[in-house]
Amino acid sequence: MTRKVVISGVGPVSGLGLGIEPTWEGVCAGRSAVSRIEAFDPSGFGCQVGGEVEAFKINQFVPKSHRKATKVMARDIQLAVVAADYAARDAGLMTKGTDPDGGKNGDFKTTYDPARVGCHIGAGLIAADLTELTGALVEARDDNGDFDIHKWGSEGMEHLTPLWLLKYLPNMLACHVTIIHDNRGPSNTITCGEASAMLSIGESLRVIQRGKADLCFCGGAESKMNPMVYYRQELTGRLNAGSNHDPGEAVRPYDEGAAGMVAGDGGGIVMLEALETYQGRGGENAYAQVVGFGASQSVNREAKNMEPDPQGKAVVSSVSAALREAGIQADQIDLVVGFGCGVASWDRAEVNGLKAVLGDRLKDVPVVSLRAMVGNCGAGGGGVDIAVAAKALREQKVPAVINRDTPMDGLGGSAASMDAALRHVLVFNMGFGGQNTAMVLKAIDR
Amino acid sequence: MSSPRIVITGMGLVTPLGHDVETVWAGLLSCDSGVGKIDHFDASTFPTTFAAQVRDYDYRDFVKFPELHEGVGLNTGFALGAAAQAWEMAGLDKFEGLDRTRLGIYLGSGEGSLDFENYFASNLAGWDDHAKAIDGAKWAATATQKMTAVREIEQEPNMPLTHLAMEFDAQGPAYNCLTACAASTQAIGEATEILRRGDADVMITGGAHTMIHPLGVTGFNRLTALSNRNDDPRGASRPFSVDRDGFVMGEGAGMLVIETLEHAEARGATVLAEIAGYGSTADAYRITDIHPEGRGAAKSMNLALEDAGLGLDDIDYISAHGTGTKENDSIETKAVKVVFGERAKSIPMSSIKSMLGHLIAAAGSVEAVVCVLAIRDQKLPPTHNLNNPDPECDLDYVANASRDGKVDVCLSNSFGFGGQNDTLIIKRV
Repeated sequence: MTRKVVISGVGPVSGLGLGIEPTWEGVCAGRSAVSRIEAFDPSGFGCQVGGEVEAFKINQFVPKSHRKATKVMARDIQLAVVAADYAARDAGLMTKGTDPDGGKNGDFKTTYDPARVGCHIGAGLIAADLTELTGALVEARDDNGDFDIHKWGSEGMEHLTPLWLLKYLPNMLACHVTIIHDNRGPSNTITCGEASAMLSIGESLRVIQRGKADLCFCGGAESKMNPMVYYRQELTGRLNAGSNHDPGEAVRPYDEGAAGMVAGDGGGIVMLEALETYQGRGGENAYAQVVGFGASQSVNREAKNMEPDPQGKAVVSSVSAALREAGIQADQIDLVVGFGCGVASWDRAEVNGLKAVLGDRLKDVPVVSLRAMVGNCGAGGGGVDIAVAAKALREQKVPAVINRDTPMDGLGGSAASMDAALRHVLVFNMGFGGQNTAMVLKAIDR
Repeated sequence: MSSPRIVITGMGLVTPLGHDVETVWAGLLSCDSGVGKIDHFDASTFPTTFAAQVRDYDYRDFVKFPELHEGVGLNTGFALGAAAQAWEMAGLDKFEGLDRTRLGIYLGSGEGSLDFENYFASNLAGWDDHAKAIDGAKWAATATQKMTAVREIEQEPNMPLTHLAMEFDAQGPAYNCLTACAASTQAIGEATEILRRGDADVMITGGAHTMIHPLGVTGFNRLTALSNRNDDPRGASRPFSVDRDGFVMGEGAGMLVIETLEHAEARGATVLAEIAGYGSTADAYRITDIHPEGRGAAKSMNLALEDAGLGLDDIDYISAHGTGTKENDSIETKAVKVVFGERAKSIPMSSIKSMLGHLIAAAGSVEAVVCVLAIRDQKLPPTHNLNNPDPECDLDYVANASRDGKVDVCLSNSFGFGGQNDTLIIKRV
């Protein structure tokens, strides 16, 4: 029989705040964290607003033994490290990272044998810090001020710190987290754009189900707050350049007025744990049980996969697979936490797919998208979604819906947060590139 | 309930030693080298001026729908060619009965290469000499004039996956992982698990990568991870040799078509080999170093053996990670001894990176293909350039010449920078 798996801790990090408390307060208040970008001067770009994570001191989230390594953490890595710290503490876990003595004290005992702890963290395409890189590039300018590759090869590159490359390898999110918390089980780095975090959580689910780990750190993190990464978003034509003066209303998921997305930075790590070992360590307050997962790929040859299949066929297959594994029907879904990036064609395909699976139920249940509040956190977004969905089940409360005055296709409009009897929550994400993923979370019987 | 057996029915390679499986295999058996001067860009003043490049290759010679892939980067082009070979070898080009929602893809492919000329130009134009920092608005003024959408979007690490999905109309579970040098081995392992669970009927799996570009070579040069043997490129990749001085960058792709044995038999496919075991661990040690006792590597091998239900005596050949760095080769040797004890010395173990260079994310998938060929032909590929063995590396590395041998079960290792370790066991059916 398949092992049961629960979410025992969550660590979302987004423009709404660090950790589940401010995040939950924000999504219930319907607060948008989207504002003018501060990480760099955005005035040369069309869209100049986004969802940025507040300043934090990374050393506070890293044990002494690993402090030196904070120098080689790109922002994406830092976000994952912070999220993992929140999630591990939220789950009440003793690890090398959460132990105040950093595992040095002789009496120190971790909650789990490190070999039984896995780590799956999705990542994006991490961009070099432009000031750091260019500070070296300027040493290789020719007489005209242009880049001279001969000069770069012979002397310019020496102005980069020797470990420079390690800041930008996408697997370093997981690698730093595995070192900090001493996770020696299976570890993977999934890079499928916006689907990355949920695909990672799904992989952790499978690893625990097949008995290769008892606990996994999983989710994703990404920062798009770097001019190069940011411009790549603009080049997709998906950013909303029309709301620079009213940033809080820029992202309008599932709304007829959906005019594009905004970029964000953030992510979320959640702790997946085998129910038996969770109970074995005295755990009795899990957020939710993970009961179904599905993944699929959208193919749209006409649009060379730059757009989803308009009918949302891949939405249908991933959601159907998740429902099938959960052993439930569409009318048992009580809340949908969707992708809803605010780009009209993507939202429409998502709604078409969801409608094909859920039928009329889609009109009766709240459909929430956090992108309206935190922006598109790329590979990290699904981590925030799963954290919020899990919290909604624990609190029996639906987050607010904002920026939806003219809902697509009969969906509910803007609404305040409300109490509700929630048994099953469907979470859905899709990545630009066509990867689709769905997960069903179930309330814990209390 | 025992899980279904997973078999390989198709394989494809695009490497510095050729663009098809048989040519590459013949090159490896004859100790050929794909290493030469870098000509993707002018590396003449770099600490390392050579690499193993794929030459005279055009993905359009392989795909059915070239119009879907205009403007793809090198890595996606490699992925397409290798996957098309695997697809054809598996007979799927002539098979009508495949449910496309049950055709999945799990790749371990790398990111695309930056548009260096325009990227560097934008960075320099955006530099504020007084503030010693990038001025975002000045940067944007140049970037928005010079950079193009396709060139930028094609750098995303899920693009090889996306293009394969379009080419083969694959609508099942779709993943790309990027665990550095372990990526494609991990991808094959996870694809195997997806089939075992019954979540797909057929998976395309493997990896593609190139880091032979200005910042890739810069990054590894700064880490002092690359060989600097500029006067002898073909002799530079020398795994297990006492005078090894780093790895040699390679590029390319390896792809497999895998399916359940039941599915392969039902459609009359030729079964090439079985993926019998998979192990995956993290070192959780240091960002910069492998665990000195090979803790994660040994555990990964043990988990794969356990998963395959095989004992130490069953392994006939080890396809080493064998990068040619000081650290890797001695620690990998140590880890193999930890796992196999006395038997370690009697198991042939070689590194084809001595001839192909290190294909980074794609390395493991190429090595998996070579394991299948070793089983098919009962031949062991050599470790090239092994003239001065390291006393710490005292196993049978099949030095300098291929040889015949009984090969029914292979173990293939891949270890990533940062400590992610993966092992596959590939077995004759």
